[in-house]
Amino acid sequence: MKRPKTAFFDFACCEGCQLQVANMGDTLLEVMGLIDLVEFREVMSEKWDGDLDIAVIEGSITDLHATERIKAIRKRSKVLIAYGSCATIGGVNGMKNSFDLDEVGDCVYGEGRWFFPTEQTRAIHQVVPVEYAVNGCPVYIPEFLSVLTAALQGIPYAVPDYAVCIECRMNENECLYDRGITCLGPVTRAGCNSWCVNNGNLCYGCRGMVSSPYVKGMKQVLEKHHVPIDFVVNKMDMYNKCRELDRNGR
Amino acid sequence: MGAERTKKDLNIRVDCLTRVEGHGTIVVDMKQGKLETCSLNVVESPRFFEALLRGRSVFEAQHITSRICGICACGHSLASIQAAEDALGLTPTAQTMRLRRLLLHLEILDSHILHIYLLVMPDLAGVKSFVPLIHTHNELVRRALRMKKACNNVMEVLVGRHVHPISLIVGGFTKLPQPQDLAMMHDVLTGLRPDMDATIELLSTLTFPDFERETEYVGLVSDDNEYPLLSGDIGSSDGVRMKKQDFQKATNEYIVPYSSAKHTKLSRDSFAVGSLARFNLNHAKLHPKASGAAAALNLKPKCANPFLNTLAQAVESVHCLEDAITIIEDLQSVGVNQDEQVVVGVNERMTLPVQAGEGVGAVEVPRGILYHHYQVDDSGTIEQANCVIPTNQNLSNIEQDMRALIPTVLHKSEEEITATLEMLVRAYDPCISCSTHLLDVRFMGR
Repeated sequence: MKRPKTAFFDFACCEGCQLQVANMGDTLLEVMGLIDLVEFREVMSEKWDGDLDIAVIEGSITDLHATERIKAIRKRSKVLIAYGSCATIGGVNGMKNSFDLDEVGDCVYGEGRWFFPTEQTRAIHQVVPVEYAVNGCPVYIPEFLSVLTAALQGIPYAVPDYAVCIECRMNENECLYDRGITCLGPVTRAGCNSWCVNNGNLCYGCRGMVSSPYVKGMKQVLEKHHVPIDFVVNKMDMYNKCRELDRNGR
Repeated sequence: MGAERTKKDLNIRVDCLTRVEGHGTIVVDMKQGKLETCSLNVVESPRFFEALLRGRSVFEAQHITSRICGICACGHSLASIQAAEDALGLTPTAQTMRLRRLLLHLEILDSHILHIYLLVMPDLAGVKSFVPLIHTHNELVRRALRMKKACNNVMEVLVGRHVHPISLIVGGFTKLPQPQDLAMMHDVLTGLRPDMDATIELLSTLTFPDFERETEYVGLVSDDNEYPLLSGDIGSSDGVRMKKQDFQKATNEYIVPYSSAKHTKLSRDSFAVGSLARFNLNHAKLHPKASGAAAALNLKPKCANPFLNTLAQAVESVHCLEDAITIIEDLQSVGVNQDEQVVVGVNERMTLPVQAGEGVGAVEVPRGILYHHYQVDDSGTIEQANCVIPTNQNLSNIEQDMRALIPTVLHKSEEEITATLEMLVRAYDPCISCSTHLLDVRFMGR
């Protein structure tokens, strides 16, 4: 079988999800045996401008140049994988959408801001159609391998659509609300094996919200622990601000 | 070199330089032998982190700023936490400082291995990436991946993961290593020693371009015997010394129109930070095994050949590995006090005291000094934030190096000149995601 031509591309991001690939160790060599890796700028000088079987996209779309670039990549790719929170939900780049864009430019570059035009942050699916999503900040490598396997076989991959709390319970973590800490696990998509809570921190919602969060239950939890709703929304906006663009009908 | 050669036109443009973190472009324009343009343009889309931090709790700053860069996520976290604690007036415990030093060592080691093997080695082997090396130098690629994986496994135990550490927060750690964790880390790191020896041996057989340019080197300095990475004053090889709070006088950031990364200068038109700068300033404080590695590599201070930054990284790798092992052994002998574990969220339970103030974090991350500077109000909300990234500090110096280098390589073909310029930029290990992203060489009208 011919190995599918695969490339990694990055937009506005920290490149940490690409780095996760280099952190796989020997597994990377096995993956390399299954795909024909033709472009991966972070670690390769090889370039490819022909058709692609699989394009893995890290990062969000934040300016006109990026919009044009992702559209061109889409045109020559059979399958597009949005890779990491910045790509799947806008991630931390979305926080910019809470501010006036000129004011944001002014704050960082002052008079020089006109050299750096910026637009509202968008997730990849808010600009072009996407076949697969690997959520997380950073991605969870076991999940990436599952998605890649599905993409190679041409079958769908279903991201878990239940809350992180399910996995968290399975891992026998003490509920953070009971420790007086606000956590976004109850409304965030599972699939990370409650990575952050296992390590003593809280869930920040980096994998995006479940498609139908149990609003009533969440409200009860917040009331019980006297957590104001604005406080939670502000926390949610750290990764999920771009969800507003979905709601408003893209 | 004949008159025609010296009067030639040279026009180089490398769009999207590869094997660096981020997007950058090299542009060289020489007309009649006169260098009109010579720049490294950062074309990364800016992400405006400094603006986004405003209005956020200072207890969230580490989580957010870690996302500036996936390569030095722990470094950003450590600088952020230091700035936050400085602003809040919190003093970390000795155990916390020890664990943070251990983490920083591991990140520097991991990052240097990535740079030496996967980003620089292809240049020295004359290939485009590590991919052809899988066939021609399989053991070498496997060693690189094995070393990276080892660092990652240890960081996973220490802070949950390397890319965006989980348990590292303002005030301490949300999870502390147990005796079995320390034993595992010790096993993995001591097991790395043969690979590290092989790395030094390999590098000692390689030849780097012969080029020198007298440069001002900047790094953390201190009066004690520790190789300063996590704390110290700002020092330079031109004799500057100042407190970290005065960092703005050391960086003097300014904007150039072609680059979304800001530039900096100190005593001269430019300065350099990073492994070579630290080696030049603090070589006497290296672990004896690292000094031995420097001797084996024939790296001597003060070294002004920027290409040898890669060797300085190798020397630091030995230092970080050996000192990490020492820290773990110290922790094993005194034990880890689990009572120091902290969970604060955004401090909604007021676990930690909060006050209005201003704070600076100055940490030596793999590519040089990283500064974070926050101003918070009495509720711990960030009013102003500023991050000064090592790669930005190096940009002007890289351009000055290119200006000095080009006349010495003019007799070569355009392809060779381009390759040499790319290698020079790559030697600095620029992180453009951080500086905002980097590299592409453009030659114009040769």
